[in-house]
Amino acid sequence: MSEMTQTLSEPAAAVRGISLWAMARHRFVRNKAAMASLVVLILVAVFSFGGTWVYPHKYDQIFPSYVAVPPSLDPYPLEDTLHQVMQTAVERAHLRLDTFNAEGTTYTARISSDKPIDPRATRYLDRPDEFDASEITSTLDDGKTIEVKGKINGQYFPVGTDRNGRDLLPRIMVGGQVSITVGFLATFVSLIIGVTYGAVSGYIGGRVDNVMMRFVEILYSLPFMFFVIMLVVFFGRHFVLIFVAIGAIEWLDMARIVRGQTLSLKRREFVEAAHAMGLSNWQIIRRHVIPNTIGPVVVFVTVLVPKVILLESFLSFLGLGVQEPMTSWGALIAEGTTGMQAVPWLLIYPAVFFVVTLFALNFIGDGLRDALDPKDR
Amino acid sequence: MADTLLDIRGLNVRFSTPTGDVHAVKGIDLQVNKGETLAIVGESGSGKSQTMMAIMGLLAANGRAEGSAKFQGQEMIGLPIGKLNRIRGAKITMIFQEPMTSLDPLYKIGKQLAEPMRRHRGLSAKAARARAIDLLKLVKIPDPERRVDSYPYEMSGGQRQRVMIAMALANDPELLIADEPTTALDVTIQAQILELLVELKQRIGLAIVFISHDLGIVRRFADRVAVMRTGEVVETGTVADIFANPQHPYTKMLLAAEPTGRKAPPADNAPILLEGRDVDVRFSMGGGFMGGKKLDIHAVDHVDIRLKEGQTIGIVGESGSGKSTLGRALLRLNHGTGAIRFGTDDISEASRQEMRRHRRQMQLVFQDPFGSLSPRMTAGQIVTEGLLVHEPQLSKSDRDVRAIKAFLEVGLDPATRNRYPHEFSGGQRQRIAIARAIILKPQVVVLDEPTSALDRSVQKQIVELLRDLQAKHDLSYLFISHDLAVVRALSDYIIVMKSGKIVEEGSTDQIFDAPRESYTRELMAAAFGK
Repeated sequence: MSEMTQTLSEPAAAVRGISLWAMARHRFVRNKAAMASLVVLILVAVFSFGGTWVYPHKYDQIFPSYVAVPPSLDPYPLEDTLHQVMQTAVERAHLRLDTFNAEGTTYTARISSDKPIDPRATRYLDRPDEFDASEITSTLDDGKTIEVKGKINGQYFPVGTDRNGRDLLPRIMVGGQVSITVGFLATFVSLIIGVTYGAVSGYIGGRVDNVMMRFVEILYSLPFMFFVIMLVVFFGRHFVLIFVAIGAIEWLDMARIVRGQTLSLKRREFVEAAHAMGLSNWQIIRRHVIPNTIGPVVVFVTVLVPKVILLESFLSFLGLGVQEPMTSWGALIAEGTTGMQAVPWLLIYPAVFFVVTLFALNFIGDGLRDALDPKDR
Repeated sequence: MADTLLDIRGLNVRFSTPTGDVHAVKGIDLQVNKGETLAIVGESGSGKSQTMMAIMGLLAANGRAEGSAKFQGQEMIGLPIGKLNRIRGAKITMIFQEPMTSLDPLYKIGKQLAEPMRRHRGLSAKAARARAIDLLKLVKIPDPERRVDSYPYEMSGGQRQRVMIAMALANDPELLIADEPTTALDVTIQAQILELLVELKQRIGLAIVFISHDLGIVRRFADRVAVMRTGEVVETGTVADIFANPQHPYTKMLLAAEPTGRKAPPADNAPILLEGRDVDVRFSMGGGFMGGKKLDIHAVDHVDIRLKEGQTIGIVGESGSGKSTLGRALLRLNHGTGAIRFGTDDISEASRQEMRRHRRQMQLVFQDPFGSLSPRMTAGQIVTEGLLVHEPQLSKSDRDVRAIKAFLEVGLDPATRNRYPHEFSGGQRQRIAIARAIILKPQVVVLDEPTSALDRSVQKQIVELLRDLQAKHDLSYLFISHDLAVVRALSDYIIVMKSGKIVEEGSTDQIFDAPRESYTRELMAAAFGK
């Protein structure tokens, strides 16, 4: 970043150059699919991270009346079921329901009995989640008939609820937070380790390179699941563990890519020129090697993020990932698959978000590759 | 005209780029007659290659060609691929500059030659092989029966270029387009390839379009010349006319672009600045973690060299002669053995840290002005990078002041110092590389083919710049080049190298006017056409 500040602080008289980055940005902005994907990705991120602040339901809030209700844009309870619910409630109080009218968020009902009705009987009407604040508006027929008015407790479940009666929408938001966070953080971890390791190994070369790369190959040969299960057995299930497990595996690819790039960069004359100028190895790696590997690395990162999200989903699917009531897209999809026929929305909605995000990331990766490496077209 | 083979009229080539259209070829007219050699000369970016690419339908995806180009009356521009393929590769063929990359490394030569013949003419495997051997004979590859089964890596650059020519001749073409076919080759090989082309032209009546920036070759080789500049043909005429009586000022400038002048040797009592005794460099290839056979290359074979203050030693030789390796060995940039002294210090065993002290006195300028500048740094950052190491006390604004001075010194506009290397031309980039070397105020600069990748007119400017800087800063140069004309203009002492050994050395006059060794004479003959 010191380069950036230096450019900015220079006298205004000097002509500003167009860096390779600026050109790549220009090409990227012109790529409609990539730009649209970027917008989609930002929307998904805003939805996931901002949504939990404004949405009234919490991701672990349970609604016992609405277990596994299908998605609907009308508020629950639905009007045609209300009558039945009121009927049940009235019968509990050993009364008769004569008429029932629901209008928006209020209802009116006429209730009668053979004997005069005790006004306290209305508390039976408030028992179900659906109704609230009932009051008697008029008493007729010597108290044998009453007219009651009350509020309907409307709850919106636009994508339905799960089989524990939790609203699916905030769960998708929280799942998105976890998946996106894991995706980017684990990628970042593997980026830092992989780039440094690969650049050092490739630049120093010779025996050091040999030993460092053989170490990478040994790690490669460890079965990933075995590694994760071991970690879980020793340390228990923990959110951080997912970063560690995924990051520890994914940096290997990164190290290999960066090493390959470094090997070819090392032969470039500008690296030799830096050497002839007396720069130390570390200065050369930092100033000349790493900045020039960034192109392929950025492209790999955009492939890695969806890959990591998939991996996390896979771990969650197997039950090795995040723990209830916390969730991730992978865990939600895993839950959804168990009741695919009966409650398909539990699978469909998380899967839609997941797929859209992966698509967007892949298109962005594609756009970045074209932008950074225009010769390939 | 009955004998016009290729008739180009009003040809335009445009490339659409993010910053607008680039008009590469601006409505040119050109004719090629049967059996003649037309040379198209011009500097890089003059559109000479793009003209031919447009005719062959080989423009890059963002390129568009308009106008007319008739081959034997057949319009080539806008011809559908299927019809175009019946002409290109059969009647018009092309050879390119880079023989190293234009052959597929995975297939044997014979197979690469035979494949198109079997495809286009339906020859049997046996007949195609026989024809391949004939073709190899035609391009004078020794022992063609055996070589037909070699892989490209087993052949030298010159031989590969011969194979490429054989490939181009496979379908008895009438027009051969040769796009700088000898630029990547050593001078002696270059001469042989040109001889071959001349002979082929006479034997099979081939018309040749010869694209080149090298006027020396064109003069010896072509019948007619078209001079191109920024997409326009500025002058056409016979070789004799163009060279004897150029009309257009640009042609005159090109003809006068050969670097001239000679350098006076330093005083006899000038102290020795850099001395290498018994310098020896070997590279071993292969041999890995698990062992394996090693291949030793003896790049520099026990060479002695002495560079005096203010002297310029020219090291000449063909590729693989070890001249660059010697230059790097003297700067301790590779693992050579032998005694190397810089001034009064013995630096043959100096560690990296100890060398750092000397680095600023000993600078290096590279051949490829595109490869030697880091693409992600601004020109100003590149030039001042050495100051970070050697004068770390300087503040950012001090460094900026120094960068401005260095830019002015090498004739660049300091306002451009925040630009990135890709925004400069080849010559400007080489100036940046020189600025990077001299900003540290060195005593010795090793110039490794600093002008080879540049156009002649730019070469001349760089040679003059180097000369000025030497006079101003008392620099000593070690000038490594295969280009004898440039070496003659800059050096006062010359070392001729071949396969790691010094063949001949002496003052410039001595070497150029009275070469003793046959190898030196051969180089001279190839370079100056004597």
